[in-house]
Amino acid sequence: MNETKEHMIRIVDLHKRFEDHHVLNGIDLEVGRCETLVIIGRSGCGKSVLVKHLNGLIKPDQGHIYVDDEDITQLRGNQLFRVRRKFGMLFQGAALLDSMTVGENVGLGLRHHTQLSENDVRKRVEEKLAQVGLSGLENKYPAELSGGMKKRVGLARAMALDPQCIILDEPTTGLDPIMADVINELILQLQKELCITSIAVTHDMVSANKIADRIAMLHEGRIIFDGSPEKIQRSDDPVIQQFINGSAVGPVKPI
Amino acid sequence: MAQLLAFIGRRTISFVKYVGGVILLLGRIFKGLPRLFRDVHLLVEQMSLMGVNSLPLVLLTSVFTGAVSSVQAAYQFKNLVPMRYLGSAVGKAVVIELGPVLTALVVAGRVGASIAAELGTMKVTEQVDALETMAIDPVPFLVTPRFMAGLIMLPVLTILADFVAILGGYLVALLFLQVSSHTFLSGLKMFFHLRDVMAGLLKAFAFGGIIGIIGCYQGFQTRGGAKGVGQSTTRAVVISSVLILIGDYLLASVLF
Repeated sequence: MNETKEHMIRIVDLHKRFEDHHVLNGIDLEVGRCETLVIIGRSGCGKSVLVKHLNGLIKPDQGHIYVDDEDITQLRGNQLFRVRRKFGMLFQGAALLDSMTVGENVGLGLRHHTQLSENDVRKRVEEKLAQVGLSGLENKYPAELSGGMKKRVGLARAMALDPQCIILDEPTTGLDPIMADVINELILQLQKELCITSIAVTHDMVSANKIADRIAMLHEGRIIFDGSPEKIQRSDDPVIQQFINGSAVGPVKPI
Repeated sequence: MAQLLAFIGRRTISFVKYVGGVILLLGRIFKGLPRLFRDVHLLVEQMSLMGVNSLPLVLLTSVFTGAVSSVQAAYQFKNLVPMRYLGSAVGKAVVIELGPVLTALVVAGRVGASIAAELGTMKVTEQVDALETMAIDPVPFLVTPRFMAGLIMLPVLTILADFVAILGGYLVALLFLQVSSHTFLSGLKMFFHLRDVMAGLLKAFAFGGIIGIIGCYQGFQTRGGAKGVGQSTTRAVVISSVLILIGDYLLASVLF
């Protein structure tokens, strides 16, 4: 590995099992600063589990995760919360707090962690909602939104505290192709203008090809590919080819 | 035999785990107290949900509790004890025992269940995880306000319940038992000690804590989907009700 390049996140020999299911079986992965890494793989292969290790939502059974050269696997309490401030996360199901309005959801972190005035918080919330194309929805409750809208609110909330790194768990799933592209553009823009590191989990190959600097493929608990989008197209591994071409026929059994 | 031992062992381990988990949660609740002064609105909201919204049910329960205790006491007194002790019997029973315990049981069913269901749903829909990722500790944010609201509101509800229950007993005595107002009230005053009321409120304070912490703990323990939420809700009500009754006995033997 190239040690001179600056890494924001380094995952070393990560293992995780749930009962007798070995979900992650020795993952080594690095993410550079301002880089967009897309993790692809079949549903249920452990992509979400992998990214939930990055901000300490799940503790590994074995292995280390370094964020800015600090091992976060041993952190607890306030130290862990300090590291979490570096991350924003969009959950697969958006995970909006359903007792709060859209505006309160997006502004929650700001109200909790900063001394901003109520007016400033409101302005920031407005601005973040505008970025995801949802201006004026502040007073709606999550239950009144469609799945795709919830997801975009989740993205606005993940960006609200201007994190250094955004973890996106299936950012475009459930969105129509046009809105999916808006989100893709937004991710690219965040990277270009604010140098935000993004880690996206997806099985939407269109989105992956568009936003990724690098693609990593997770299969049976291991990273079986790590390289540029161009390189993955040229890969002759039948498993990878079957996945990126979306075919039921190949070495991987559909069920 | 080995199976029986394994069963007993498993049960013991899960019991010890439960107690340990509750105690750890209690520790985190108190660590979150300073934060509550910044987020007073969270506390006020929970106090209103727990206290104000429970009021109709609590008052309805109490008025009938007082009424029935008046009827039953009068039945047992008949030809044995003078009716001027009716007020004393109703007052004592309500203030020491019926007021705090029945209020707590009603609130455990109403509020304890809803706390467990709400936090359980938040847990299974990753809302609790979402708070964690925003670097917001869920315990001070969700649990501390609910626990403190229980501690504060249960005694308040109990005072009101005591009053309404005695009123219920008084009205029944007056209207249906041919006991005069003066007879009932003088009997009530005869053995009325403030100490008893205070002891009852102390019980209510403890019961409020039990309802809050068990509801929250069960909520956070929720796994799986809707079924898990249902299980947590049931457990929260069952466990807090049992703890209220056991706690009632323990406090009674210490206080009286």
